Amino acid sequence: MIEREGVWMSKEQYIYAVARVRSKELALLDKPVLEQLLSCKTYEDCLKVLTDKGWGEHSGESAEEILTQEREKTWTFIRELVTDMSVFDTFLYEKDFHNLKAAIKQVYVRNEVPNIFINDGTVDKELIFEAVKNHDFTNLPDHMQTAAEEAYQMQMRNGDGQLCDIILDRAALDTVYKKAGESGNELLMEYAELRVVTANLNCAIRGAKTGKRIEFFEMALAQCQTLDKKELVRAALTGVEAIYDYLSTTVYDDAVFALKESFSTFERWCDNLIINRIKPQKYNTISVSPLAAYILARENEIKTVRILLSGKLNELPENSIRERLRDMYV
Amino acid sequence: MEGLGIVFALAGAILAALVAGIGSAIGVGMAGEAAAGVVTDDPSKFSKVLILQLLPGTQGIYGLLIAFITLTQIGVLGGSSDMSLEKGLLYFAACMPMAVVGYFSAVRQAKASLASISLVSKKPDQFGKAMIFPAMVETYAILALLISILAIMGITPLAI
Repeated sequence: MIEREGVWMSKEQYIYAVARVRSKELALLDKPVLEQLLSCKTYEDCLKVLTDKGWGEHSGESAEEILTQEREKTWTFIRELVTDMSVFDTFLYEKDFHNLKAAIKQVYVRNEVPNIFINDGTVDKELIFEAVKNHDFTNLPDHMQTAAEEAYQMQMRNGDGQLCDIILDRAALDTVYKKAGESGNELLMEYAELRVVTANLNCAIRGAKTGKRIEFFEMALAQCQTLDKKELVRAALTGVEAIYDYLSTTVYDDAVFALKESFSTFERWCDNLIINRIKPQKYNTISVSPLAAYILARENEIKTVRILLSGKLNELPENSIRERLRDMYV
Repeated sequence: MEGLGIVFALAGAILAALVAGIGSAIGVGMAGEAAAGVVTDDPSKFSKVLILQLLPGTQGIYGLLIAFITLTQIGVLGGSSDMSLEKGLLYFAACMPMAVVGYFSAVRQAKASLASISLVSKKPDQFGKAMIFPAMVETYAILALLISILAIMGITPLAI
């Protein structure tokens, strides 16, 4: 919608915002800073370097507090620049479905489980919880209602938590894909495509390793443009090697190497794929895409710092942490 | 058809100032937004981004110049404004390079300026190079200005 409606004005209205983002990109962590963090002897030294770089609000904060504040800073900055935040809903739908999943589980076990909900989705987490508790999904957005009912029935009647998760994960991917397509924004569409691709591959590999049946793959895998769902299902039913063979015929042939190495290498490959595809936005001066790319870059940065801090906390060797680090946007 | 010559000549002059001016206004406005974005976070870059903002503004000045020369040549600012339809159409055509090229070059130059403002916001020491990119677009506005001036001056002595 953003890039389609009023081809001229709609894009032009982000010129100021893009210029602000360009200035902010200077503060993004680059490779030398990551090396500096890696070379820190202790976890506390890492926190100090981050605080010196302006992360967090004040010294003495825990890692989790610093990371939460950094995420909040990003969204506060974007809210300052964009009046209609619905442009970025594509990034938030998965949070809604996570909250829906958490609410169904919580209602099912009839116990309050602390800290299972995520903030900042497109739908208030309390509203989602109330909808599940009252078994009335009419207050939820249209794209959530059917999946919510289906997952609810699966959990409450059959007690099948895994199937409940699959239904909601698939619905989340379908929603991200559909809404990104409706937005007409190239970056959002590319993000959605890659999210579906990486989730499908993840699911296909795990399913193939555990010998899942065709019904599982049909239900779990979402449609996208760059992977043929039928081919992927056929390969997943045959085995992991067949998935590698199929992938070698697609544009994601480099995923085979990552998958063969380890699952954490594959997860790193998935994150790097998105970051590398959005890098051209560094040179885009018009449209909402550089803002969306900045959000993804910040999320990637926070994730990388979390991995690094967790490695330092567990006293993992430097090389072991390094191979888990994601590519940076800058 | 009598008297229509001056109408076309005047329309040409007005369009040169109007269309090129609109292009410059759009261009300077776009670059100004980006410049304000950079200065919000780093006020020390004001002078650099200001120059880049002003670059798409020249087409408006060229348009004004063409309009002024045409007005003096066709007698609107004094003298006789009697001219044939053919001569009026020739003046109209002579003003068009500045009007059309002025508009499009201003808008495209503004986009180059936006990119250069981004460059300066990240690498202020590269200001010299950043200025060259939008300045290259200026070449075509100057060519249009030149051809419009030559055409207008060449029409005046024609006995048609």
